[in-house]
This record gives sequence, C-alpha cells and structure tokens, in this order.
Amino acid sequence: MSMLSEKQAREILDKVIELSKADECIATLTGTKDGNVRFALNNVSTSGIVSDIQLAVQVAYGKRVGVATINEFDDASLARVVSRAEELAKLAPENDEFMPALGKQDYKASDPAFVKASAEVSPEYRANVAAESIEPCRKDDLVAAGFFTDNTSFSAFATSTGNFGYHKSTTVDFTCTVRTDDGTGSGWVNRNVADVAQFDAKSEVARAISKAKGSVDAKAIEPGKYTVILEPAAASGLIGFMMFGFDARQADEGRSFLSKKGGGTKMGEQLFDKRINISADPWDNEAPVQPWDGENRPRNKIAIVKDGKINYMNYSRFWAKKQEKDAPAQPGNILIAGGSKSTDQLVADTKRGILVTRTWYIRMVDPQTVLLTGLTRDGTFYIEDGEIKYPIKNMRFNESPVIMLNNVEELGLPQRSTIGGGGPGGGQPIVMMTPAMKIRDFTFTSLSDAV
Amino acid sequence: MDRRRFLTLAGIGAGGLMIPIHGRLVAAEALAAGPLDKAMKKALADVALDAAKGAGASYCDVRIGRYFQQFVVTREKQVDNIVNTESTGVGIRVISKGTWGFAASNDLSRDSVAEAARQAVAIAKANSKSQTEPVQLAPVKGVGEVSWKTPIEKNAMEVPIKDKVDLLLSVNAAAMDAGASFINSILFLVNEHKYFASTDGSYIDQDVHRLWAPFFVTAVDKESGKFRTRNGFSTPVGKGFEYLDGGESDRIMLPGGVEIYDQRYDIVADARAAAKQATTKLKAPSVKPGKYDLVLDPSHMWLTIHESVGHPLELDRVLGYEANFAGTSFATLDKRDSKFQYGSELVNLFADRTQDGSLGKVAYDDEGVQTKRWDLVKDGILVNYQAIRDQAHIIGEKESHGCCYADSWSSVQFQRMPNVSLAAGKKKMTPEQMIAGVEDGIYIVGAGSFSIDQQRYNAQFGGQLFFEIKDGKITEQIEDVAYQMRTPEFWNACVGICDESDYRLGGSFFDGKGQPPQVSAVSHGSATARFNGINVINTARSIG
Repeated sequence: MSMLSEKQAREILDKVIELSKADECIATLTGTKDGNVRFALNNVSTSGIVSDIQLAVQVAYGKRVGVATINEFDDASLARVVSRAEELAKLAPENDEFMPALGKQDYKASDPAFVKASAEVSPEYRANVAAESIEPCRKDDLVAAGFFTDNTSFSAFATSTGNFGYHKSTTVDFTCTVRTDDGTGSGWVNRNVADVAQFDAKSEVARAISKAKGSVDAKAIEPGKYTVILEPAAASGLIGFMMFGFDARQADEGRSFLSKKGGGTKMGEQLFDKRINISADPWDNEAPVQPWDGENRPRNKIAIVKDGKINYMNYSRFWAKKQEKDAPAQPGNILIAGGSKSTDQLVADTKRGILVTRTWYIRMVDPQTVLLTGLTRDGTFYIEDGEIKYPIKNMRFNESPVIMLNNVEELGLPQRSTIGGGGPGGGQPIVMMTPAMKIRDFTFTSLSDAV
Repeated sequence: MDRRRFLTLAGIGAGGLMIPIHGRLVAAEALAAGPLDKAMKKALADVALDAAKGAGASYCDVRIGRYFQQFVVTREKQVDNIVNTESTGVGIRVISKGTWGFAASNDLSRDSVAEAARQAVAIAKANSKSQTEPVQLAPVKGVGEVSWKTPIEKNAMEVPIKDKVDLLLSVNAAAMDAGASFINSILFLVNEHKYFASTDGSYIDQDVHRLWAPFFVTAVDKESGKFRTRNGFSTPVGKGFEYLDGGESDRIMLPGGVEIYDQRYDIVADARAAAKQATTKLKAPSVKPGKYDLVLDPSHMWLTIHESVGHPLELDRVLGYEANFAGTSFATLDKRDSKFQYGSELVNLFADRTQDGSLGKVAYDDEGVQTKRWDLVKDGILVNYQAIRDQAHIIGEKESHGCCYADSWSSVQFQRMPNVSLAAGKKKMTPEQMIAGVEDGIYIVGAGSFSIDQQRYNAQFGGQLFFEIKDGKITEQIEDVAYQMRTPEFWNACVGICDESDYRLGGSFFDGKGQPPQVSAVSHGSATARFNGINVINTARSIG
C-alpha cells in the first residue's frame, strides 16, 4: 500500500487542498518500498523490506510557513494534518526568503524511470542474489560481503495555485566486496540500474572475484604524480563532490570555488579541459529522473559545463529573484559525456599508469580549491605497455577534481551510479553517468597498508 | 515504519551537511509530551515476550521507543528551518532455532505488538535454514524494574522555541559584529525515551538527552577571492540546555590566545572569537611541509581517537561483518594475542559508557547490559575490543561490554562504539609546559577534515586553528596544515600527555555505520598530547 496510482494520489491531494484555509497550500505525497539483503563472511546477515507512505502539508499565511506530516489518509486525519500545519504557520517567524507556490506547470513525463520488473523484486530474488554472490566465492576460498537493495517510489503533489505532478521510479543497487580468505587480496564491484533485467549478479561478482585474486601480493610504489585510469565508480565519487558546489548563492557570496577574485562568479569561464561536457536531462535513457525539482520547477535539458566552460549554477527561486536571474530547475541527474571505450580498452592504450577500481573516504580538505583527500581501495593495479602488470598497494590522494578535469587524457564509456539523497532539490538521490577517466599527474601523497 | 529523511544544510563546506531525520513532523510543544505511561509499556512488553515465547522463541527482547528531535537552523539574521519530530513504535528481536529474527511496528495495539513478535519468530525460523552456527549469547542477569535518566538541569525540549531562536540569532549577530562575512548556527536536540524488556527478566526505562550547538563562521576577502572558515568549539554532550549557560568563569585560556570551554559553553563569546580567527586565517602564512612535533588539543584529539582507535577496535569490523562498506580492521585478533604495541607505553586508551556528560552515557545498553569501563590499550599494548552479547565468546569474554545500540525502535540494535578515550598523563603537565619543550612543532586546536583507509591504517587530519611552535614558543597562526599518519606509528610517537586538569571531552553527534546506515553519538576524552616527527603536508592549491 506504499505505492499509489496517479488517480489515488490526486484524490487525497485534492481533498487536502480543499480543506486548507491558508493563503496557499502545497500537499506532497511520497511513498517508498525498500527491499534489501545484506551478506558478510559468506552468510546472509540481514534481509528486509521497509514500506512507507507520507503526506506533507505546507501552508503559508503571508511569509509565515508551517509544515506537518502524517501517514494516515482518512478524512479526519487529513483535516487534522491541515489544521496542524495551519497552527504551526501562525506561530512561525516570518521567512524573508519565502517564495509563493508556482502556478500550473507542464511536466513532460519521464516514464522510463519506473520499471515494473524492478518494482516486483521478490524476497526469493534477493536471496538468490546473495546466494549467487556467495557460492562462487565459497568454492574458491574467497569471502564475500555485499548489499543489494531495490527501491520503488512515487512522488505526487498538488498546490492551491492549480499545479500538480506525479512521478514514479525504481532503482536497483548492488555492491559486493570479495576478499581472499587470508586477507591479502580484495576486489569490489558495483552496479546501479533502473531496470533489474539489466542486472546479473553472477557476472558482476565474477569481476570482483577476478580483482580479489589479482590483487594478492601487491607491491609498494613511491607516492607521487601518476597517470591514472579511474573506473566510473572511482571517478564519480570525486566529481560528485564537486557538483554539490555548483550553488550560485555561495558563488555570489564569495565562498565557493566558483567565486571570482574581486567579486562575482566564474560563470562562462573556461575552468576545465575543452572535452569536458556535463549536462542534465530528466528524460535521459539510462538515467531518467523526476521531471521537476524541489521547488516544483519543471526540469529541462541543460548544459552545466559546455566545452569546459561553466554554463550553469543552481539558483534557488529566492536567490534568482534577488539577483534578477533566470532560475531553471535544479538538475536531478548529472551526465558526464564520455567516449565509447571500455576500461579494458583504455588500459590497452596506456603506456604507464595506475588502474583505480574504487575511491574511499573522500573528504573536503579545502573548499577554496575543492581539494579532496581519500584513498584507493579493492583493486589497484600498475599498467605497463597496455597491460596490467601487477597489483600495487593502496594510496592516499590529495587532488582537486578541478585540476583533474584539466589533466584529461581520455574518457571512456559512461556508467550509471547514484550519489547523495536529500540534496537541496528534495529527497531523491542524484543519478550520475560517469565515464572511466584517464587523467595525467594525479597526486598520490602516501602509501596505505590496508587491503 | 519510519522513512529516513535527510535535512540538507547548505553553506557548511562546499558539500553541505546531511543530517538524518527520523519520525513525523510535530509542533514544538509536542516535544515536551514526555514518555509513554510506564505501566502501559510493561504490559505491552509482556504481550510481546509471551507471544514470542509462545511462537517458539528461546530469547526475546522488546524495545518500546519514543524519540523526539528538534533542529533549529539559522544563518545571519534568518531562521532557515525549524524541524520537530516524534517517532514512536516497538522493535522486537528474538532468537529461535539459534537464529536472530527482528520485526518492528509503529502500531502499539496489543494485537499488533503480538503479531510483530510472531513475525520476528517466523523470520528467525526462515533464516535458520542458512545459519551455519547458532547464536551464543553472553549471560545477563535480569534486573527487574529499573529506570535511569540523563542528569539534566534544564530539559531542552521544554525551552521555548523563541528562546532558542533568540540565542542563535544573538550568536550570529556577535559573529557578524566581530567581522564574519557569514555564519550558520544550529541547535540539534535529541531526547530518547527507551523502554527495554527481555526474557531475562529486565524492564528498563531510560530517558536519554543529548544536544549539540555547532556554528560555522566564514570570512571572505573579495579582493583576493580567498575565504576561510572556523567552526564553533561546542562539544556535543549528554546534558541538558544548561550546557549553553556558560560564561566567563567557564572559559579556559589556551596557548595562542585560544578560548575553549569544558563543562559549560559560552556560544556567543566563541562566535566572536571565531569571527576574529577566521579573519586572521585569510592572511596567515602557509605551512612549510615536513616532519613536525604535533601538540594536539582535546578539541582536535577526539576525532583522531575516534577514527584510529574507536573504529578499528569494533569487533564486528575486526571479524569482517562490515567488509563491504565501512571496511575491516588492521587490529586483528592475533595482534591482541601477540601483545601488539599499539602505542608508546604512555598510551592508555579505554572504553567507558559511564562518563558524566558524555554522549554514550546510559545505565543499560540496548540489550539490557549494564554499562561499564574497560581497557582497550594498556601501557601501549592492545588488550581488548568492543563486543556485545553475541560476540563476547569470540574474544573469550564472559560478559558483554554493554555497547549495543539502535538509532530507532525500527532499527535492529548492533555493536556501536562506546565512548573511547585517551587517559590523562600521570605527571603534572599543562599545555604551556608541553609546548615549552617543543623546538619545531605545530599546535592544533579543533577538528577539521578527516579521512582514513578501510583498515584504519593510513589517516589524514586537518584542524580549525594551527599555530607554529619555534623553540618552545608559539610564533604565529598558520594555514593549510594536514598531517598524515600510519596508526601504530602515530600512537607509538606519543611522547607526552598533559594531566587530568586538562582532560576534556569531544565527540561525534552523527557517527554512521551499517547498511542500511544507522547513526549514533559518541564522546572521546583526552588531555593535550604530543606526537613527535609527524608528516605534515601543505594543502594549498591553485585552480586559476
């Protein structure tokens, strides 16, 4: 009962709008069903399903706003939640940054975001994913630990100004770490899809197994600047961190890497290599997302970075009005353009370099330059003459994605992942398409003994 | 069931800060509603225990929880957000056929609670098919009906919202008057009413209070395009609103003219100091990379202890249960057996959930075990880990350490970090005296950027304030400092720890672990400590 059809959702929302006596009212219904299975030490450790549906009612009297939520939808409950929101609004301090609700908008549906087969993943399917991950490891004296989760959700809203939206989506996410039983080798794999039919646990786990076996007896190399091939998962952690900083207000306030010396922002400036193109598109085939943002603005295709130049920053409706700027919707996905080569092909074209499977514990060191630190993990290899020569010990890096994207040698085939969840645009995670990245002069600062 | 939501706070670093929110939104007045009736909880718990036993459980514990949270978020003259939540429900954990099962419900009717108990047993029986070894629980003696409450003077949930808003706006005004370009200030208030009952014969009623009042000051120099931040020195505490009543008498003067607080906090005075220090950071010279002797204040040490001692000694990590996400640990069981030299002989690290004012302090953990203090590293040698009831036998312990926790009635309780602290030095020594013995060093106050590998060997830490030490004296405030370390080498480089009079707590209000993730709050105490010959890097870069 956590998923409502458009018709069911509209019935509840219309009643709420009808009940409210405030200056304006926005009613939002969200429902989720999260199934998961977790395994470790070649055993299933936990498995479960959590369903929830919630109605949030936001009302405003002038600039005073109140929000209340409830998970019961009979008429008395709806009346109660509306009156509670109204009471809260009357008590609230005035919000000088309040923006009235938008009138009716046109949202072009992003239907491929919902895949029926993903919404119907069963407990047996999840148990089977765990079994298919564990069995080949157990037979090979390897130890598997992993997490599979399937999420089905819908979001619907109506406003007293005549606006309405309904969207549903599915996401399947799998990660698995395979370690040799003596702890000297470790491999990892992840896969994120909207359609569960595109997921095959066996082939994914085979990659993690191969990396675990291949990473035994890693050699230490001297930290320093190296050409690296970051697999899509390794690159997305770094780039994703930077993308959260594309906020216009912070840039205007002078406290962002997009702020300019002497005031103003770097909008329109060449900040990256000319081959860097980053865009958003709610209707993208592989990364479809909800066609409106957290302020109910309709999402469209936008170029965030165009030929290495900054082409977009996120303006909230309030900040756009204050700065007298256009305020297109905040993106729900981040699509980094790449090429057609697989990671293996990028390796084959590399004279000397390091292949990085996964980046870990990435933290901001200096927001001024987006200097990030973190480590490699679960499969780091030295490349020579187009071949993986030997595994190397993990290393800590201190690198800025801004510098990285100026040192691009080549980009590979983009792969899907999700980051965050609950960004300023609302509760939805950001879907990313990230290519494998071959980067020169990537800065490693110390060795790690961790396997 | 609760849906996990996140409150995103912009303006705090470039990535913002994401805070998990539990429960439904309610009016501020509802936060003071207090616990559910105790007799009702006992009756409901008995319904669950009887239903579980009737369905074939050999063990059952019931947690009836009512959790309140309030977050007040402001910037400069503006209230950005006020979030009040309440979450009530029951989580039931059972052992049947030697296997754990768990079910939870927000419906506290007798029928629903009994049904959840039977469901937990059914899940345990289903899971038992793939179980390779039956659960072994360390024994716990039932304690009958007992209750405990965090010793507080002022219940934060009962302080009017207007007073909280006024306090934060006065903090913001003080920082702006002192030259800050921007400030974000926040109050995080938590009250957990937890009722635990088990087939061991315990009925434990606890009322737990915690709060944190962080702020983030930014100074911008538009001319140079430079900006710098200084975070507030508030410690997250297991105390009431009285923690924020600090004044001049609570101020401790540290070397370098730094003002810090211990038992009570003067947030307005700290905001004023922060604005001045953030401005100084804009012009402070950049550190020359190399090896330095580091003198680390407790406001900084807590995070290094948390990452390089607290996490690697969690037994579930050591055993491999967290291998896919948080990682494993370098501190494997054979290291304890071979008396591994974790640190120098000055280093004594202990776990303790009985420390007054700490985030981890309760009388009983979430499986009914009385909390206590125990040694982890004694005179530099690794001697123990953190274990709960079903893990104690693995390390040859006869009883649980009492460090089991769930962040909600709807989450399964599991092993979480207790307060882990560095014991103060036995010899009399103040931070000034410690600095007087350093030729070429850096004094670090406050926690900053942090990152550590998945086995907790290689770490890198920043800070809030850095001072150069030359020939026993502080010369000036410097910038762009981060130190890199390998955990055992770092702790073996510890050559001095100040005495008990300098011992203070720090802590983490939102420590994450598990898949799906749960948060917990944990404190770490220490006195100022000195580490010789640590590698310091310069973090300044140019991006054009």
